[in-house]
Amino acid sequence: MKRDEWKTLGWATALLAVAALLPLTGDGYLISLGVSIAMYTVLATSWALFSGPTHYISLATAAFFGIGTYVMGSGIEVLPYWVLLPIAGLIGGVLAALVGLATLRLSGVYFVIFTLGLAEMTRQGVTWYQNQTGHKGTYVLTDLTDNDIYWQLLGLAALVYLVGWGIGRSRLGFALRIIGDDEDVARHVGINTALSKVALFVVSGAVAAIVGAIIAPRYVYIEPSTAFTPMLSFQVVIMALLGGTGRLWGPLVGVIPFTLLWEAISSSFPNQTTLLLGLSFLAIVYLLPGGFVGLYDRLKGRAAKRSAMA
Amino acid sequence: MKRRTLFKVTTTLAATLVAGAAFAQDSIVVGAVAPKTGPLAGGAAVTHWPNIALWVEEVNERGGLNVGGEQRMLEVIEYDDQTNPSETIKAVQRLATQDDADIILAPYSTGLNLAAAPIFDKLGFPQITSSAATDQIGELTEQFNDMFFLLGRSTDLAEDAVEVLSDLREAGEIGNKVAMVNVADAFGIELAAVGKPALEAAGFEIVYETSYPLGTQDLSPIMKAAKAAEPDAFMAWSYPPDTFGLTEQAMIEELNVKAFYTAVATAFPSYGARFGAAAEGVMGIGGVNTASPEFQDYAARLEAATGSKPDYWAAGMMYASLQILEEAIETTGTLDMAEVTQYIKDNAFETVMGTIDFDDQNNNTAYWTVGQWQDGEFKGIKETGREGAVEPMVKTGWE
Repeated sequence: MKRDEWKTLGWATALLAVAALLPLTGDGYLISLGVSIAMYTVLATSWALFSGPTHYISLATAAFFGIGTYVMGSGIEVLPYWVLLPIAGLIGGVLAALVGLATLRLSGVYFVIFTLGLAEMTRQGVTWYQNQTGHKGTYVLTDLTDNDIYWQLLGLAALVYLVGWGIGRSRLGFALRIIGDDEDVARHVGINTALSKVALFVVSGAVAAIVGAIIAPRYVYIEPSTAFTPMLSFQVVIMALLGGTGRLWGPLVGVIPFTLLWEAISSSFPNQTTLLLGLSFLAIVYLLPGGFVGLYDRLKGRAAKRSAMA
Repeated sequence: MKRRTLFKVTTTLAATLVAGAAFAQDSIVVGAVAPKTGPLAGGAAVTHWPNIALWVEEVNERGGLNVGGEQRMLEVIEYDDQTNPSETIKAVQRLATQDDADIILAPYSTGLNLAAAPIFDKLGFPQITSSAATDQIGELTEQFNDMFFLLGRSTDLAEDAVEVLSDLREAGEIGNKVAMVNVADAFGIELAAVGKPALEAAGFEIVYETSYPLGTQDLSPIMKAAKAAEPDAFMAWSYPPDTFGLTEQAMIEELNVKAFYTAVATAFPSYGARFGAAAEGVMGIGGVNTASPEFQDYAARLEAATGSKPDYWAAGMMYASLQILEEAIETTGTLDMAEVTQYIKDNAFETVMGTIDFDDQNNNTAYWTVGQWQDGEFKGIKETGREGAVEPMVKTGWE
């Protein structure tokens, strides 16, 4: 590794260590905000790993998240907690692979619509199964506190960053960037485009499922309507786009201000939350088309030009 | 925090107007979180929010709560959880740590109450749930000691409905053939999972059985098929939109059954308002003792104060939960929640729904399970220990 990379790694580790100290404040409110931020950071970053380079907008986050919560919900009575997390990831990954193989040959809007439908389809599948078996409510009663959930999400975030960093340096990452620029060119130079896309989709699917499994104990009672809420998919996309998908740290700088904005709106204007959020979306898209990453690059470019002229 | 200041101003104003020279003490901050948007907003607007408005208004008109000899006004802070459990948890945290709430009211619905249970437990607030129906009361209260249940076990709700049918059959009023449908979603599935074996155990013949997804618009094929099976009774473990939809289709198809049961929302005043005389004889989940003067008085006050009629199931229980909290605070004379919780566990309370006495699992074991529209009111016909149940009647057409 180059010196610069060591430096980045050092900074990242230091930031992670600071973030891990949050529960020591003992402030329940800060910790619950921290859980939200950590959860969306993991989801948005893993989403951007796939959607960033390929420009495929996936609205399937809720489907994988929901699968994860149900793996935890139905398994917690029979299997130990720690076994269920990798199982959730595995099932999420397998589902992503199947869906990816079937749909990633589609492009653009067809893929978006399919992924949106996927969450609803999985939800109906789970409901159908419950209805067939005469299910009586899914309860996840554990001793896990918000602190434990926060630390687990933080650990998962570290893992996602490592994977993302590794992919960025690998042949796979290079291939994906070419696919994003021009898929035909990529195919002509001999890149297996379908396989590369599926590989990344599997990563983001597996991660979202593990997040669902980690969050399940927090909900105590799992219902299809909350596990598969389509809002989640949209929020993840909006946060990732606010940050910018061009860099690994992009989604993080979207998630933090967005979560704080959401919090400020829902605490100050409890009766107009949805309206104000809609207006914020419009403002974000209009004023920050490339997200914070785009803004940063633009400012950096301008500064470079100025120093070149001087 | 403009809203809070405004509230303080209005409550202080009210205090000086009503209590005359009374010096305004520090007000008691009451935190409330429930859906104002999202799928459960409609239910919360009928069952949950109006009760809080009524309670706060009446207590403040009286000059506030008496806490250890001091009259203190109520100041309510409301949050919308968007029917999202994460938001419920965050809002409860916010109420406790940012708004320094003295009391936090239990949220709305089974799912949101259970999601909030760990945080209520950690913060040490009593959580008197009035809209959570579950079979896990024992397990839940063992883990969350400050959680209370008013609405009862879901198993009783379904089993009692079947029992009503059995009684009608024993009396020779209806035959043996039942058509049973359910909405394929959490509570609908749970009720059907209890109801079906109960019907079979009672010796009923299920001549038609199906389920439909949540949000199904066209229920006419279901009603047509049910009618073709020529049942004596029709049971639907349904949710608000389909409770209305199935009733409408039954009228269109002129489903000629002597017992017609739909589950959630049959007890809503809007059900009676929409179907009028056709609702006569329809049975559903819930019920109250409509003849009780306490309930009649409460219903009148609620309508006068908020313009909203109470539903005939959980609304009264929601108000009862506030009465319980009020009595516990005034009698113990403290806002120390551990003491208040202990008082709730140890005592019986007189409420608009009758006496409520929690058992050692913090469960109210006496509740209404089945009601029926009779003379324009949804009257309780089956209970687990309440007074005032009326005799069920046979449904005679849809006119």
